[in-house]
Amino acid sequence: MARVDVLMPQMGESIAEGTLSKWLKKVGDPVKRDEPLFEISTDKVDAEIPAPAAGVLAEIKVQEGQTVPVQTLVAVLETEKGAATPPAPSKPESPKAAAPPPPVPKTETPKAAPATAAAAPAARPSGRPADGDGGVQTAEERLRTKSTPLVRKIAAEHRVDISRIPGSGYAGRVTKQDILGYIERAPTAPTAPRSPLTAPSGVAHPSVEAWPGDRVEPWSKIRKITADHMVMSKRVSAHVASFFEVDFTRVAQLRGKAKGSYSERGVNLTFLAFIAKACAENLRKHPIVNAAVSGDSTIYRADVNIGIAVALDWGLIVPVIKHADELSLIGIARAINDLGERARTKKLLPDDIQRGTFTITNPGGFGPFAGIPIINQPQVAILGVGAIEKRPKVVSAPDGTESIAIRTMGMLTMSYDHRVVDGADADRFLADVKQLLQEFPEGAV
Amino acid sequence: MAEVTFLEALRQGLWEEMERDDRVFILGEDVGLYGGAFKVTEGFTKRFGESRVIDTPISEAAIVGAAAGAAHMGLRPVAEMQFIDFISCAYDMLTNYVATARYRAGLSTPMVVRGPCGGYVRGGPFHSQNPEAAFLHTPGLKIVYPATARDAKGLIKSSIRDEDPVLYLEHKWLYRRIKEQLPEGEEILTPIGQARIAREGKHLSIISYGATLWKSLEAAEQLEKADGVSVEVLDLRTLLPMDDAAIVATVRKTNKVLIVHEDTRTGGIAGEIAARINEQAFEWLDGPIMRVTAHDVPLPYAPTLEDFVLPQTEDIVKAARWLAAY
Repeated sequence: MARVDVLMPQMGESIAEGTLSKWLKKVGDPVKRDEPLFEISTDKVDAEIPAPAAGVLAEIKVQEGQTVPVQTLVAVLETEKGAATPPAPSKPESPKAAAPPPPVPKTETPKAAPATAAAAPAARPSGRPADGDGGVQTAEERLRTKSTPLVRKIAAEHRVDISRIPGSGYAGRVTKQDILGYIERAPTAPTAPRSPLTAPSGVAHPSVEAWPGDRVEPWSKIRKITADHMVMSKRVSAHVASFFEVDFTRVAQLRGKAKGSYSERGVNLTFLAFIAKACAENLRKHPIVNAAVSGDSTIYRADVNIGIAVALDWGLIVPVIKHADELSLIGIARAINDLGERARTKKLLPDDIQRGTFTITNPGGFGPFAGIPIINQPQVAILGVGAIEKRPKVVSAPDGTESIAIRTMGMLTMSYDHRVVDGADADRFLADVKQLLQEFPEGAV
Repeated sequence: MAEVTFLEALRQGLWEEMERDDRVFILGEDVGLYGGAFKVTEGFTKRFGESRVIDTPISEAAIVGAAAGAAHMGLRPVAEMQFIDFISCAYDMLTNYVATARYRAGLSTPMVVRGPCGGYVRGGPFHSQNPEAAFLHTPGLKIVYPATARDAKGLIKSSIRDEDPVLYLEHKWLYRRIKEQLPEGEEILTPIGQARIAREGKHLSIISYGATLWKSLEAAEQLEKADGVSVEVLDLRTLLPMDDAAIVATVRKTNKVLIVHEDTRTGGIAGEIAARINEQAFEWLDGPIMRVTAHDVPLPYAPTLEDFVLPQTEDIVKAARWLAAY
């Protein structure tokens, strides 16, 4: 046997209650589905209300003449096991008399009598009206997922499955209080994983057996952050890389000429300063490279803040040159010197390593031809600098003849997030950077 | 501090503005010698003279037209409609002429049209109307609708000082029922375009104005006591321009909204408010936006029928209770 609740229906948009004027069946009477069960009268209409299911009228909760709010439980039907037809959404219990469509979805098998917001009932079993019809979504389940905009928004933010939450609203609907209470009670439930961007510490690193004689060294804080961040970045971004070979001969000449005077002003002029300057000049022209991904949106950064990866004996850190596009070459060179020095002496301030919009990593000093860096989240691109050294290179003279010359060459590699940066975007940016480096204006040094 | 009625606060506001600025004058039917049908302007002729308190013929179109002309010429007219129901006689002047004057001719029209509105007083169909929705749809007008004595005074003063035409609706059921302590000697100015939280609450918001604001407050009190439901009540005060920020703020706070107005339902202001909430705060809703309004019929004379047609406190309680449990 299964029990089906019969509710006072809502007969019009402004109608909050109805009077049960007459019972058409007595307790114990058999009723067919859709057979008139009782009569109601409201401000607007009088109507016969059909039975939501076939069965026997088991209980009468509201007597003739009583006025009750809509959705109040008025009776209970008992159905034979399997005799209850599954709720048919196309045939709600609306009477034949024309009534305005109710704003609230109704159900044949609701569980909830009206509850005040202050007195939300405890969790209800997710009861099905009839056993054995597994696989068929009950009316209650349908209503659960038919939730309000706010509840859906909260559910999406916390990745909660609404149908798992016991609802205290009409017909078991999940209310704001229900979902907030659920989230509060189960903050670490596996159904509610937090965004990987906000919880990089959630990265799991599989355990590996140590062999005899091995040294096991627990990670430092900086190593842990780096490890988690790298795994997260590889998982989150669609990494692609482009390689551009750049002729640094002109930069090398300019650097050689200016190095002395820069040094007198306390600044070490490096190739990296020229590269950072070339990126800074071009990032504003290519805003998609100076961006971040947030959900299903792209954030185009208003500022150009270039992070410079610094290798320390104890790990990696990326201090940031703020408003790099507003600095001259010497300004950038000085900032790189300053940030590097303070990184090595552990004097960086929290603000120094925040709000980067693009990153450059320069392992070239160690000698690699090129490398493929991992994007520094939530940015969308990172430039890697290979070794800058003299190599044979085919060059064309103005008269069209070609020869092999000794040139100062280096590889620039950029990893970028293909979710938002397409190959053409990245290569146009790199081509502009390359051109600026090869034609670096003398007046800018 | 002195206890003043809504009507007295309005009278003080008018009086103070006429004392402050001799460009301000009043015109309307029986406003002078008789002192106005509700005695709002009693004693004004004696103080300010017949040139500043002008009895007019029974023609609302002429009253509004004369006021508009005076406003163009640099005066600050306050035109009284003896009952606001008859503002429909001046509908053409207000919508076609006054509201468009700045746009068409670059003419400033700083004038106020005020008058007693609303029911609950057995006034029947010609002495109980709420015409705000008809003018809400007219760009170029402002509409204020105070519910408290302080705002009755503060809004009439702000309306007179405004550079644009303002429709000032005063609910006659509030005239002598609402009493409030107001400071003496202090300038009270209620800014046009700002709603006010009349009662703080957590679970549900009622948005209302005018007489139904007080019925909403009564309902909120009952719901708090009987159901433990905490109801926030927002008094719009100005209907045009509408305070969207205040409306969205209360929706974001409580996530459920009941809009209550005395005007009839179809095409009433509640529909406009609901549309704005839908556009600006859809994802913050935890239930349907509901309305309690008058039924769509002319207001009957018979007391029992008037009670049935107009929104009553019990109607608000029922609807709010339903929405709270949604």
